[in-house]
Amino acid sequence: MTSRIEVTSSGSHWDTAAFKRRLRRRRAAEKRFKWYGIGAVLLGIFFVLMLFFSIAINGVGAFWQTQIQLDIYFDPTEISEANLYSANYGKLVKQAMYSQFPEVTKRKEKRQLSRMVSVGSDVMLQNLVTADPSIVGTTRSLWFPIDDSFDMLYKNDFGRNSNKGGAGLISKNQLGWFDTLVEQGKIESRFNKRYFTAGDSREPELAGLRGALMGSFFTILVTLAISFPVGVAAACYLEEFAPRNKFTDFIEININNLAAVPSVVFGLLGLAVFINFFGLPRSVPLVGGLVLSLMTIPTIIIAGRAALRAVPPSIREGALALGASKTQTVIQEVVPLAMPGMLTGTIIGIAQALGETAPLLMIGMVAFIVDVPGGPLDPSTVLPVQIFLWADSPERAFLEKTSGAILILLAFLIAMNIVAVIMRRRFERRW
Amino acid sequence: MENSTETTNKERIITRLDDTIFQGKVSETDGVDSNLSQKYRMTAKNVNVYYSETHAIKNVSLSIRENEVLSIIGPSGCGKSTFLRCLNRINDIVVGCRITGEIMLDGVDINSGELDVVELRARVGMVFQKPNPFPKSIYDNIAYGPRLHSMVNSREETDEVVYSCLRQVGLLSEVEDRINKSGTELSGGQQQRLCIARTLAVKPDVILMDEPCSALDPIATAKIEDLIDELRTEYSIVIVTHSMQQAARVSQRTAYFNLGDLIEVGDTGEVFTNPKHKLTEDYITGRFG
Amino acid sequence: MTGWTLVLLVLALSSVFYFLAKRRSLRVATTVGGIHKLHSAPRYYGLVAALLFAVPAMLVLGVWLSIDQNIVLKIVLTEYFPELNWESQVDVNWLTSQIQILAQTGRLENIENSEVLNAAADRYQYLTSLSETLRNASVLALGAIVSFIFILFISARLKARPIAETLIQCLLIFSSLIAIFTTIGIVLSVLFEAISFFRIIPFTEFMFGLEWSPQIAIREDQVGSSGLFGSIPLFTGTLLIAAVAMTVAVPVGLLSAIYLAEYASPNVRSFAKPALEILAGVPTVVYGFFAALVVAPYLSDFGAYFGLDIAHESALAAGVVMGIMIIPFVSSLSDDVITALPQSIREASLACGATKSETIKKVVFPAALPGIVGALLLAISRAIGETMIVLMAAGLAAKLTANPLESVTTVTVQIVTLLVGDQEFDNPKTLAAFALGLTLFVATLVLNMTALYIVRKYSEQYD
Repeated sequence: MTSRIEVTSSGSHWDTAAFKRRLRRRRAAEKRFKWYGIGAVLLGIFFVLMLFFSIAINGVGAFWQTQIQLDIYFDPTEISEANLYSANYGKLVKQAMYSQFPEVTKRKEKRQLSRMVSVGSDVMLQNLVTADPSIVGTTRSLWFPIDDSFDMLYKNDFGRNSNKGGAGLISKNQLGWFDTLVEQGKIESRFNKRYFTAGDSREPELAGLRGALMGSFFTILVTLAISFPVGVAAACYLEEFAPRNKFTDFIEININNLAAVPSVVFGLLGLAVFINFFGLPRSVPLVGGLVLSLMTIPTIIIAGRAALRAVPPSIREGALALGASKTQTVIQEVVPLAMPGMLTGTIIGIAQALGETAPLLMIGMVAFIVDVPGGPLDPSTVLPVQIFLWADSPERAFLEKTSGAILILLAFLIAMNIVAVIMRRRFERRW
Repeated sequence: MENSTETTNKERIITRLDDTIFQGKVSETDGVDSNLSQKYRMTAKNVNVYYSETHAIKNVSLSIRENEVLSIIGPSGCGKSTFLRCLNRINDIVVGCRITGEIMLDGVDINSGELDVVELRARVGMVFQKPNPFPKSIYDNIAYGPRLHSMVNSREETDEVVYSCLRQVGLLSEVEDRINKSGTELSGGQQQRLCIARTLAVKPDVILMDEPCSALDPIATAKIEDLIDELRTEYSIVIVTHSMQQAARVSQRTAYFNLGDLIEVGDTGEVFTNPKHKLTEDYITGRFG
Repeated sequence: MTGWTLVLLVLALSSVFYFLAKRRSLRVATTVGGIHKLHSAPRYYGLVAALLFAVPAMLVLGVWLSIDQNIVLKIVLTEYFPELNWESQVDVNWLTSQIQILAQTGRLENIENSEVLNAAADRYQYLTSLSETLRNASVLALGAIVSFIFILFISARLKARPIAETLIQCLLIFSSLIAIFTTIGIVLSVLFEAISFFRIIPFTEFMFGLEWSPQIAIREDQVGSSGLFGSIPLFTGTLLIAAVAMTVAVPVGLLSAIYLAEYASPNVRSFAKPALEILAGVPTVVYGFFAALVVAPYLSDFGAYFGLDIAHESALAAGVVMGIMIIPFVSSLSDDVITALPQSIREASLACGATKSETIKKVVFPAALPGIVGALLLAISRAIGETMIVLMAAGLAAKLTANPLESVTTVTVQIVTLLVGDQEFDNPKTLAAFALGLTLFVATLVLNMTALYIVRKYSEQYD
């Protein structure tokens, strides 16, 4: 086998220059096509990064708030036992502010000066006093949120150039005072606790997410309480018990189709059925949860059926052979094995529901609500709707608040999806 | 076959072999290293194949001559398909597959950059175990290769190639009236002949066949075997088969693989009647596999 | 006692009945000679008793909760306001809310308390609490009676397990019927209001009218206050944005699916595929924000640089971001279709001497085409049903244009803007939202069904 006699190719086609030329062209086309693919993938990943970075860059500021340190004298002549709730706390703040700049005397300038502190400061003082009336008569050094336009000024110099953007919001005088205060170390960026503890507000520096977070919590609680049992039960019936006939086919078509119906149509359903027909109140997490569970159930059913299908028949046969009834087999043997898959599907469905906005707008969860809801029947909004509302606000400072809220929402979603992925990894190959 | 006793088994094979020899299918000039005038189309030298950690082919050297049918037999998992798939580098698409050694096609190393894999695969056609026509019309299935390589430049030329290839595999009369119907609608045997026609359309030098009849019934198998015999006059053919009868019926030379080793290669008649190696004997007499 | 405490009480009591029935079955067992003489295990007797308590109780509670408010209000209103015009939604809603506020808080802001209103509020309060008492009593009584009768009938031969299993099966069947109820609910809720809309505005005007300006209808004293409800500009706006979205999503989604399925090494694939799918998990309101506050201003500036006048709420900005949202949808569905193709046809093509890209373009892609078309139909359906992006980034004014640089509005935007705020269900402006909802539902239904049909048919081919 060592000797080798070479033969020329029988098809001379391959040796022609034309073929070699064409081959080069084909090779180039091959390379080009591959690069199109790489380009597409990179473009997709670029979009992901751009989305996250643009929001993150805008949003981190929301967790920090520019605050001003003022020495407040709780003047006993202003506050007494009788008027703890109605005393003129705003005056105390103003006086503290004026004492910083004794040279300011004109009424107009004084008003400009007092506007630099947030309008919510009086409520803060009121809360302090009502919680501990003994502080009346003392002087305390306290930190107050600064008005949102100065917050923006401090954070990214926005509005310093008065012919740009925030024109007219900040006067020359205010700018001067502000810089003085900064030099004195009276102005500082501090962690924005209020962002997590307060309800919504028209004032960006006072607005918090607590109301929306609680609203989302109650809404998701209702969604979970309804969609999980119903979804699992339906998946069990369709996969384990249902006969194969026209009717179950019809149910299946319905489920597949519902999973693709636009969410806004579910909003119409919620409005017409739950609010108009059953007379349930508007803007409450209960109705929101009902609508979202109708949207989540198909997802859970589809995932649940896949999980049940993955349980090998030998387990059912084994249980049946031991004399268990069909129902016993399913409930005691099959469902526990399929549970991780079902839970994974549920988490994904709930994550979708958590980010859902459109249907909730139509059942009135878009109202401006300051109070933090205490239960599923209190009017409230939810996190994504809060994002929508804030994104619509003209104040520049809400841009940052909105991005911050998005970061929180995404953090929840990512956490949920990571849990789902871990569960899937851990339980995927058991047989 | 498996149930028969050893002796009857051996006798049967020998009877068949005798038949084929009398039909003149085994060339007299055939034999290991016996005749230098025989031209080699492809030679493999010291070929090793690894799949990740597995050593699938161990130092195999084997040649394919012009106008012969070489059959490769052996128990399943012995590497016969792997070896075949190296000959047109279709194994390249298997992730983690690594080849060492030298495989020459007409004096050019196919794994060097000298020969483009496109040209290699056009010149070394392949027919697969399971019939795999494209989900296109019968016509387009056959015209696929020639169009790719611009071997045809007009509708007339394409027609000519398609019809002659169909005629060559004996499919023309069966499908003439539905040449624009999908190739996947044909029966299994017809599909496999369509795949052979598709390979012929590119005018290859060598045709590799990977158990081409394993998914077919005996009648379809017989047709394919007749076809292989006819094609031998124009092409070199390497056929992997798990059926020793088939190897005996269609091939001039036979190679026996076991666990990645080439155990024995020689004239088909010689290998089946007078195997040199104990392993070969065990296999063909049914003691193994 | 509120509805929630009642639900908790029902659950607590059903566990009490579980133990009662279980104990009774055990006692029966001792009289007949051991547990094994019972037809079923004791826990099944308990289970049946618990189910028989909870299920009727919950059913009654559900029915009661859904109708009692309406009945009470109807009684109060007919009693105290006999001259009330029931046709007028506004009057009824206003009176209802006044009575409810009065009953809850005892005072009304900005309105002097009329005697009639006060009396009505008292009556309302009385009837509501009466209804609550009756509800609690009937819910608990019915469950208790049914369950108690069962417990009385417990004997060694009573087939508790089959009964329990039948009850469970009924619950399971009921759960799977929810999908059908939802569909029926959607159809009915949009259909009825849409029909009342078409009573006011002719169907042909809605379907073929070229102008949409529903806001005119607000002032009822206005002459010819019917507004203009020609939906063509909405459909063209929707299609325009969807078209922009598909121009972004189809090439990027399809090419990345092809790359990941055919070229990428397992490592790249296992990283890039989930990375792209992150886009699918991002809530639409986030995309809306991104479109309105990041992409739109940038596009506007970018256009101005080249002397192009790109509206701040252009179809382009909304469409591009919607396209980004749809990329993972297109890519993962196409990826499924492409990877489902048997490897053998790829090998066949390569063995003919085709390059990889030739194999993809001439064999893989044509073979996967039906599935890909199905995926694209689903993506289009997703695009025309998408609400938040267009609500935040597209305009409100309906404009009949094919220029993506201009501002257009869409069906979903109109549905939301017509329904957010005060709704009057006798006003064509509100009803129009349901007519639009109906068209949207039908359009997406047709697209989804076609897509599912194609995909199913396709997947059967390679089974």
